[in-house]
Amino acid sequence: MKLILIFISASLINNFVLTYFLGICPFLGVSNKTENALNMGLATTFVMTLTAAATWPIYTYLLVKFNVPFLEYVAFIIVIAALVQFVEMYIRKSSPTLYRALGIYLPLITTNCAVLGLALFMVLREYNYIESIIFGFATGVGFTMAILMMSGIREELEFADVPRHFQGISITLIIAGMMALAFMGFAGLIRG
Amino acid sequence: MGLLLIISAISMGVLGAGLAVFLAFADKKFQVQEDPRIEAMLGLLPGSNCGGCGYPGCRMLAEKLVSGEAPQNACVAGGMETVAKIAEMLGVEAAEHKRMLAVVLCKGGYAESERRATYRGEATCTAANLTGGDKSCTYGCLGYGECVDACKFDAMAMNSNGLPVVFYDRCVGCGACARACPRDIIEMHPEDHRLFVYCRSRDRGAHAKKVCGVACIACSLCVKDCSVQGGITIKDNLAVVNYSLAPQNDESTRRCPTGCILSGMEEQVTKKNFYASLPRQAG
Repeated sequence: MKLILIFISASLINNFVLTYFLGICPFLGVSNKTENALNMGLATTFVMTLTAAATWPIYTYLLVKFNVPFLEYVAFIIVIAALVQFVEMYIRKSSPTLYRALGIYLPLITTNCAVLGLALFMVLREYNYIESIIFGFATGVGFTMAILMMSGIREELEFADVPRHFQGISITLIIAGMMALAFMGFAGLIRG
Repeated sequence: MGLLLIISAISMGVLGAGLAVFLAFADKKFQVQEDPRIEAMLGLLPGSNCGGCGYPGCRMLAEKLVSGEAPQNACVAGGMETVAKIAEMLGVEAAEHKRMLAVVLCKGGYAESERRATYRGEATCTAANLTGGDKSCTYGCLGYGECVDACKFDAMAMNSNGLPVVFYDRCVGCGACARACPRDIIEMHPEDHRLFVYCRSRDRGAHAKKVCGVACIACSLCVKDCSVQGGITIKDNLAVVNYSLAPQNDESTRRCPTGCILSGMEEQVTKKNFYASLPRQAG
């Protein structure tokens, strides 16, 4: 039950992009085409799940054990960077097609604040290992959902008659704000 | 305090070193054998992925160049310099490379052309072309700037008269604008072409003249004035320059009643003097 709760909470109610405003940079930058947005979302979900799986043991068995939990930022950043690098190598070897599709997005994820935010939240909320992985995956799903919706709207927007002064990034930000407003509706889904 | 410092340094050091070793191993294990020439070739190409060569992106062209499938002067955007470098790398003589330019063959902007309706649809040329556009001339520029959007080299802009302008100093000749134009008003020409008929209207002379002040009315004065027989001909109510025959600077443009055939116009527009000619915007 708790796992389902974590999933719904992380993907919908506390959507990283639309509630915490984390990971806004790819949300705005890579959302001009649905195809790119989906690829970016999938890559991020993958990395987020792996990040949760990798940073939890490091925090629990290294930082807490040696009594240096304040090093979490440094440690998490190193681990995430190394992980993304490794995933990139692996994909390049195993599937050149996927590598070409994801190519530029993978390095972008390294410095994505949503991924670091996920690792920090996970520690803050004292999740256990399974919960952490579910949390990581759900966060990724939430991110994918947000960026996909955004790209869908932006593709429609291409054909809309937007007033001249709203064109480009300003209308995008207005839409992001409206989406955040809409996502507030999920807040009533779970009490307490 | 000292102990904490040491523990911090060691734990982070070990973590970093461990991951570094892991990545080094992974790099060995997952190494992909790739022709190093492809990477070097990619460095020579402009990297703008304009598609002017016909391949999707510079990387694809680099692969094809190395494998010998693409001619060494395939890259249109890089100019002579790039072609020479590529040829040197491949160990062949540099083939001749003529700089290509985009030429907009319509001068009928807001001021010159008559409008028959107000267009309120989607503001793109492709969409406007479905309805025939708002100008009475159905051959002229629609003015929604799809060519400008297609240009990746910042070499085009719409002028205040609603016509696209190609910046002579910036155009690399990739042809993206020509492909984007639904009315084929933009043509790609080698740099040494000077003489152009800036009109695509195949309407009969009287009608063409009625709807646009700078239309070709097929009066054939330029045909008579051209110093070489057959250098300019009239086809479908439109003067056509035969570039293999017609001298690029002669008297043929002198008597044109509408001024749609002109010589040597293109090199006058550079990015700098285009923006300098714009009225300064407030704010």
